[in-house]
Amino acid sequence: MSSVVIVGAGLGGLRAAEALRANGFTGTITVVGDEVHLPYNRPPLSKEALAGGVDVPGLEFRRKASIEDVDWRLGSAAVSSDLAERTVTLADGTTLAFDGLVVASGIRPRRLPIPGPQEGRHVLRTAADAHAVRDRLRPGTHVLIMGAGFIGCETAATARALGAEVAIVAIDEQPMVRPLGAELGAGMRRRHEEHGVRFHLGHSIDSFVGDDHVQVAVLSDGTELPADVVIEAVGSVANVEWLAGNDLDLSDGLLTDSAMQVATSSAPVVAVGDIARHPNALFGSVARRIEHWNMPTETGRRAGATLAALLAGDEPDRGPFCAMPSFWSDQYHHKLQSFGMPGIADRIELVEGSVDGPCIVEYHDASGLVGVVGVDRTQELAPYRKQLAARAG
Amino acid sequence: MTVKVFVDMDKCQHYGQCCFEASDVFELDEDGKLQYVAEADESRRDDIESAADVCPMQAISVE
Ligand SMILES: Cc1cc2nc3c(=O)[nH]c(=O)nc-3n(C[C@H](O)[C@H](O)[C@H](O)COP(=O)(O)OP(=O)(O)OC[C@H]3O[C@@H](n4cnc5c(N)ncnc54)[C@H](O)[C@@H]3O)c2cc1C
Ligand code: SF4
Repeated sequence: MSSVVIVGAGLGGLRAAEALRANGFTGTITVVGDEVHLPYNRPPLSKEALAGGVDVPGLEFRRKASIEDVDWRLGSAAVSSDLAERTVTLADGTTLAFDGLVVASGIRPRRLPIPGPQEGRHVLRTAADAHAVRDRLRPGTHVLIMGAGFIGCETAATARALGAEVAIVAIDEQPMVRPLGAELGAGMRRRHEEHGVRFHLGHSIDSFVGDDHVQVAVLSDGTELPADVVIEAVGSVANVEWLAGNDLDLSDGLLTDSAMQVATSSAPVVAVGDIARHPNALFGSVARRIEHWNMPTETGRRAGATLAALLAGDEPDRGPFCAMPSFWSDQYHHKLQSFGMPGIADRIELVEGSVDGPCIVEYHDASGLVGVVGVDRTQELAPYRKQLAARAG
Repeated sequence: MTVKVFVDMDKCQHYGQCCFEASDVFELDEDGKLQYVAEADESRRDDIESAADVCPMQAISVE
């Protein structure tokens, strides 16, 4: 009987396991996860779960009956792999043999080396991270958020709702400027400011001051900000270290083809979710990593089908991969929703409303419409999504 | 046989992701609120399961 090892017990790993079964794979499936939890939903960790309490069982994904027999090896990371030998070695010393491998180990928050005390510096990726942050968000606490991307901004909104004093420090000119553009980014900044968030844009943090614990952050212009809790949301690093030594392209995540297969002669290997740098035929031939929640499901389905075919000795579908990237974000009851890849646009057009209220913004490049973002206008985005899907030709 | 659909409206945030998987079962109304049919034909099961998979709030259950 053939066997598959999936490294990473997140949404991508879960969907890959389901897709293997849905595509007729009957061999053994072992899922290795460094966290102790079964796959759970991460987006609430900066939103309602951070506000209301981190109840991990309540965040677990429903697991389909088809994967009841999966062997979950939780609480132990994969530390190395040998694709030629078809083995993965775990932190506890176990070596697992496989016929096919799914890379689903995701990303982790980037950490910047900043001098001064380190205690009090947090990130937000796992339930354990959220738990640690949650315990420290109290009325009046000074929360300093590094980075004005989605996770930084959502966390700011949640911390304000809990009564904390919130400052955001970021080198960008506006919050969420890369995906949204400067104009809508400025609109979102004003919404945050109305709720009492203070922005220090165009700045970075030079050092932290305090005894054992951070008390003050010193910015690049010398400004000193009180910081009881620091939350760092300044980008990500792919969890690829355990794949080293196998002659793979690990320059930005793990490169795959349109079938989510990794180019290696050693063994059938596919990648899914945040770690997978894959081409999307809707947006040209450039391979990209897309850190949106809907992508682990889309890539997991495709990768599972590919691996099941390869292990059955069949040729997988190598046709174009045309999944629609989609993200949403919740900030003070404002709902942002996006389809496509607004971040690659070179021309941005407000087509409805105002960036300070409900609105729809179109994102274009030379090829036409590449993305759309709606604020509090979710029900009107369907035609845009349709237009974007039609880019498949 | 039919498929029974239930959406936990305490969890649902009306993102409408489900609508793209099974537009005959899930729909956002003019006010942007989710409306859905509680029972669908068995032939719709796969799409309804997909809708449950893509729901960001994991608010949909299928029987
Ligand atoms: C706080 C937060 C809020 C978010 N909000 C949104 C949102 O509103 N909208 C949106 O579209 N997206 C959002 N996202 C992004 C979304 O959650 C991710 O795109 C998604 O979780 C990626 O799934 P994945 O399976 O690829 O990776 P993950 O969910 O990260 O799963 C990978 C798993 O592998 C484990 N792992 C790593 N290395 C190893 C190893 N060596 N051995 C074993 N296991 C390992 C990791 O610990 C993790 O458990 C948010 C993310 C976070 C963190
Ligand atoms: S996808 Fe989920 S949250 Fe969104 S409208 Fe459907 S049920 Fe509600």
